[in-house]
Amino acid sequence: MWSIFSKEINSFLNSLIAYLVMSVFLVSMGLLVWVFPDTAIFEYGYADMGIFFNLAPYVLMFLIPAITMKALAEESKSGTYELLMTKPITELKLLLGKYLAGLVLVVISLIPTLVYYFSLSYLSNPVGNIDSAGIMGAYVGLLFLVSAYTGIGIFASSLSENQIVAFIIAVFISFIFFMGFSSVADLPFLASVGFQVEKIGMLAHYDSLGKGVIDFRDVLYFLSITALFLGATFWVLKLRKWNS
Amino acid sequence: MSILVKGLIKKYGEQTAVNDVSFEIKKGNIVGFLGPNGAGKSTTMKMITGTLPADAGIVEVDGIDVAQQPLEIKKHIGYLPEHNPLYLDMYVHEFLRFCGGIYGISGKSLKSRVADLVDLCGLQKEQNKQIGALSKGYRQRVGLAQALVHDPSVLILDEPTTGLDPNQIIEIRNLILSISQDKTVLLSTHIMQEVQALCNRAIIIKEGKLVADQAVNELTEEKEKFTIKIELEKQADLSFWTTHQEVNTLKLVTETEYLLETTKDIRKEILNWVTQNDVDLVGISLEKGNMEEVFHKLTQNN
Repeated sequence: MWSIFSKEINSFLNSLIAYLVMSVFLVSMGLLVWVFPDTAIFEYGYADMGIFFNLAPYVLMFLIPAITMKALAEESKSGTYELLMTKPITELKLLLGKYLAGLVLVVISLIPTLVYYFSLSYLSNPVGNIDSAGIMGAYVGLLFLVSAYTGIGIFASSLSENQIVAFIIAVFISFIFFMGFSSVADLPFLASVGFQVEKIGMLAHYDSLGKGVIDFRDVLYFLSITALFLGATFWVLKLRKWNS
Repeated sequence: MSILVKGLIKKYGEQTAVNDVSFEIKKGNIVGFLGPNGAGKSTTMKMITGTLPADAGIVEVDGIDVAQQPLEIKKHIGYLPEHNPLYLDMYVHEFLRFCGGIYGISGKSLKSRVADLVDLCGLQKEQNKQIGALSKGYRQRVGLAQALVHDPSVLILDEPTTGLDPNQIIEIRNLILSISQDKTVLLSTHIMQEVQALCNRAIIIKEGKLVADQAVNELTEEKEKFTIKIELEKQADLSFWTTHQEVNTLKLVTETEYLLETTKDIRKEILNWVTQNDVDLVGISLEKGNMEEVFHKLTQNN
């Protein structure tokens, strides 16, 4: 598992895509949080990172699939998947290595955004007058969210040999799980089960973690979503082997 | 027994790709695996390596059942897949270290193993290049190095010389010969000379069925028909032999070279005749049938 992990990290760092994804993420978040008047903190006037945590899921919805799309799709396409399968490595270790590598890369691109927190803390009046606990809770929520996104991305990558197909599937599933359910819950004919439907989606759990309350149920929800998609990936790989 | 295959069957829908194939390979042998395209060679090889599950039958490598211990078996087998898939963006050293890492080799022993493989496979000049920048011959060497990284006792090579130029083919053949001294090798190929040059045994399959499993020189030995080549110093009249009862045809190849097709080995009679008739003979030999003819005969559709 660790040889796969380090190989993935190396290949990310040797290719343009990792740097591209990181810079696109940081530039767009920087612009949204600090520059664009519609969303910038200065216009808003409160020392609050809500805008960052509200927008990050939508930006990551596209960037994480861009990182994970090649994970298994490229291995299948270039035939190296077959090569790996002749070596003593199980499907589970292979996909865990890929998943962890993707997750670490996304977490690395999140780390520079901590600068926002420190800047905001200095800018607030009086200095340091900021809801630190709330922000840390929201970061934990974001970590669980990217974990789920990465799991979805790995799953989508196992479905197709084509990276673009994998990307589109991953964006779609992430979108449905993030906000699809909470939007559907507003439909009139679902009014009676609206609350339950909303809870299937990630937005409700993400918002709840974003308030700074780390609820065991929300954590369990995100871990389950990640496990669900990694488990599905495992079965896709197994079924592919048995049907080959 | 290094490789034991018994009643192996693989079906793709209605089509039976491998139909009840059985063979055994003893330790230290180099065995050629032949058959027309689509005969089931690659499928059989994949089932031996455990990457493809068999529908029925037993495969044992070094006495270990492939279906029951799929992970253990992979430590005993080095496999070079058809088309030799490699990570083109990785460097030669990086790739070999990665492969070694999967087998649990680490630290100093991994470093020295990779250095050994670079030497063994003749990659010294290209060792600091990206695999994507290597020529096909060198990629094939990297493929072989990756199959050897864990020092397996059984090597399975799926068409190791396809697409290489004649010089590279000879280099790869020599490489296979030099690494195979203490290993069992099963290699598939389309080149019949390769079987004669490398292998001591050939297994031929056709439409998923075993049609021959014999030593290469036994396969090429002809039983009902003998071809005797006679070389003379100067032209002479050999028409006497056309009337001989064992002789089918007499063919003039060049002015002084004759091919005699007979039903028996009559070399001795010919020798007696030439001494009696003062014909200057410079050579007489029994021609062996070539592998190509054998292959054609065994695998053509009637």
